[in-house]
Amino acid sequence: MDPKSLDFKTSWEYAPAPEGKEHIKINARYEHFIGGEFVAPAKGRYFETINPATEEKLSEVAEGSSEDVDKAVVAARAALDKSWSKLRASERGKYIYRLARMMQERAREFAVIESLDGGKTIRESRDVDVPLAIAHFFYYAGWADKIRYAFPGKTPRPIGVAGQIIPWNFPLLMAAWKIAPALAAGNTVVLKPAETTPLTALKLAELIQAADLPPGVVNIVTGAGATGAALVNHPGLDKIAFTGSTEVGKLIQRAIAGSRKRYTLELGGKAANIIFEDAAIDQAVEGIVNGIFFNQGHVCCAGSRLFVQESVYDTVIRKLKDRLETLIVGDPLDKNTDIGAINSKMQLDKISAYLKIGVAEGAELYQSSCKLPKKGFFCKPTLFLHCSQSQRIVQEEIFGPVLSVQTFRTPEEAISRANNTPYGLSGGVWTDKGSKIFKVSNALRCGVVWANTYNKFDPSAPFGGYKESGMGREGGLHGLQPYIQYN
Amino acid sequence: MSKAERKAEVVDLKDRAAARQERLPVLKTYKLFIDGKFPRSESERYYALTSANGESIANVQLGSRKDFRNAVVAARKAFPGWAGRTAYNRGQILYRMAEMLEGRRAQFIEELETLGASRSEAETETAMAVDRLIYYAGWADKFQQVFSSVNPVASSHFNFSMLEPTGVAALLAPEDSGLLGLISVVAPAVAGGNSVVVLASHSKPLAAITFSEVLHTSDLPAGVINILTGTRKELLKHFASHMDVNALVYCGSDAEEIRTVQLEAAENLKRVVIEENSDWQSEERQSPYTILATQEVKTTWHPIGL
Repeated sequence: MDPKSLDFKTSWEYAPAPEGKEHIKINARYEHFIGGEFVAPAKGRYFETINPATEEKLSEVAEGSSEDVDKAVVAARAALDKSWSKLRASERGKYIYRLARMMQERAREFAVIESLDGGKTIRESRDVDVPLAIAHFFYYAGWADKIRYAFPGKTPRPIGVAGQIIPWNFPLLMAAWKIAPALAAGNTVVLKPAETTPLTALKLAELIQAADLPPGVVNIVTGAGATGAALVNHPGLDKIAFTGSTEVGKLIQRAIAGSRKRYTLELGGKAANIIFEDAAIDQAVEGIVNGIFFNQGHVCCAGSRLFVQESVYDTVIRKLKDRLETLIVGDPLDKNTDIGAINSKMQLDKISAYLKIGVAEGAELYQSSCKLPKKGFFCKPTLFLHCSQSQRIVQEEIFGPVLSVQTFRTPEEAISRANNTPYGLSGGVWTDKGSKIFKVSNALRCGVVWANTYNKFDPSAPFGGYKESGMGREGGLHGLQPYIQYN
Repeated sequence: MSKAERKAEVVDLKDRAAARQERLPVLKTYKLFIDGKFPRSESERYYALTSANGESIANVQLGSRKDFRNAVVAARKAFPGWAGRTAYNRGQILYRMAEMLEGRRAQFIEELETLGASRSEAETETAMAVDRLIYYAGWADKFQQVFSSVNPVASSHFNFSMLEPTGVAALLAPEDSGLLGLISVVAPAVAGGNSVVVLASHSKPLAAITFSEVLHTSDLPAGVINILTGTRKELLKHFASHMDVNALVYCGSDAEEIRTVQLEAAENLKRVVIEENSDWQSEERQSPYTILATQEVKTTWHPIGL
């Protein structure tokens, strides 16, 4: 055995450390949240939301029809005209602050429900998703009465009523990214959570009601694609904000062509994570792991294309394989778990299809030897070695724990291959040389660059894509722009 | 040719000129401006420009889809170099464009008059066009400071967001303002580091073509600004659907055209800017926010540590 390799024959078992579920409450059924009330769906139809780690039903949720969407848009418009726009900006800000504080009180409950409904590890929902969502509300609350300072020389006004559609990978966090800046800028919203992960948004609705926000300022309509389409096509909206796939983003841009609706789109990615030979290799390996396996790889900015400089390729791959072997895949509620459940059967099927495609394309598949739970949707952390630029596993977003690996010789080669994709959301650079960081990060055509780190987020840091990864920014001062008009 | 022969020829020319009394004017061939050169349309088509009373003014190139694609190739090739210039240098080149335009004001006034403007209208438009170039020349090295940010993230990282040009922008210049309108959309995009392909006004194309001669003498790298003439009806869809164009600026208010542009732009998620206000002389029409329309925000994270 290679003396540098870890010995996995010894015991690597951890005792179970499950997070308790006793303190949370999930209703048997959830209605839409419209005009400050929980309202049964017009058509009377509901759909199940399950725990992807056990395939057990958690609750059932109202299926939104165009009637429900219409009711929500009318409520949002009425709230805009009658209450929200009449409030002093500082008072609007205080409502948002209040919401952030109430979320903090119930942070643990949000974290557990997020992990149950979406399959992400409790460590992540507890330490990343929920605190960041709260921080987002807290950050934008303070902007409410300061917006004119963000747009020098202009008199900013709210856009009006925004329709917001969010994905299943960061359900509560995406709700916060959408709702907080919209409200701070003086808009009212109709939000549609993803159909596999509606619960934390509905929990948030309970808090919004308890926080006494004027009825109709935030409305939440649940449902799948048809509900989203009804929202996008509703003539009563002034703006559409969407986070999801590039494919659906294009459909939305087409659907609202010729209408007066504004839009911002935060779409897919296929980020390059570039490791130079002078990088701190152990740190870089941690960064690679965090870049692609964080949240099971269900991350639009995931570092799903690894570029390693040839001279350190063998070392990086050996360490990466060892690190893969130590990753614990399993119960999302266990505090030791590194990789939780794939969000849905549909997504697992998609990932599995890509694993077959990669092998058929001639890439070398490597997976850790971990055992997967018998029930639920799980996928082993996966590397594809010796990939080439034209392969589908290199070009297309897989949205799972699958990393394609390529090598390069010169920085110019790395940059040109990193940019050779229709996407442009994010990228990573690992090197010990400061000037090289700036050279490479400037040359990458993408909206976020992590240098010697990866997958870091903050409410004050604008996030969003170049090219087909979307348009508009969320977070920071620049994240206000999509919710104001000034002409 | 002997000395005597040469002398005889000069005498002959003098006689001829005297006989005609008036000198024959030299007509200008109005051509496209692509990659720093002045080609004719590859389609070898033209359209005749006539004055209100039906007199022939000039023949103008009827640019084709292929001309547009050639222009995009030139713009793409020019983009990294132009975006990589220092902001100071871009500002200087825009200022140089204003200098060249200023020196040829008489020609622009005459061309605008030829196409129906009154003397004073033509003088105002030309003067404002020069001033607008100077306005954006000044912004080239300032908008970054106004609109970028250092972000106080709650972790040990130095985090900042800065602006970068979107890439290649296709511009459908306003129909009713042949010079000032064109410059009002070209200058902010180019000041921000984009390269552009612009379709000039169909009915007022003369000043646009002559403006390309200004560009040609302004140290502007080839391909940064490409100017086409032709019909919007024929080219609009291609401007909006081209897969190597990153942003589209549409000037006008035709609902069907706007819909087409937005629909086709979805092909590769172009940024679409609709400029419906046609008063190009208003104060509002020059603003650093116009530069922002073809900029992207890049956020960079750097760990802080030893």
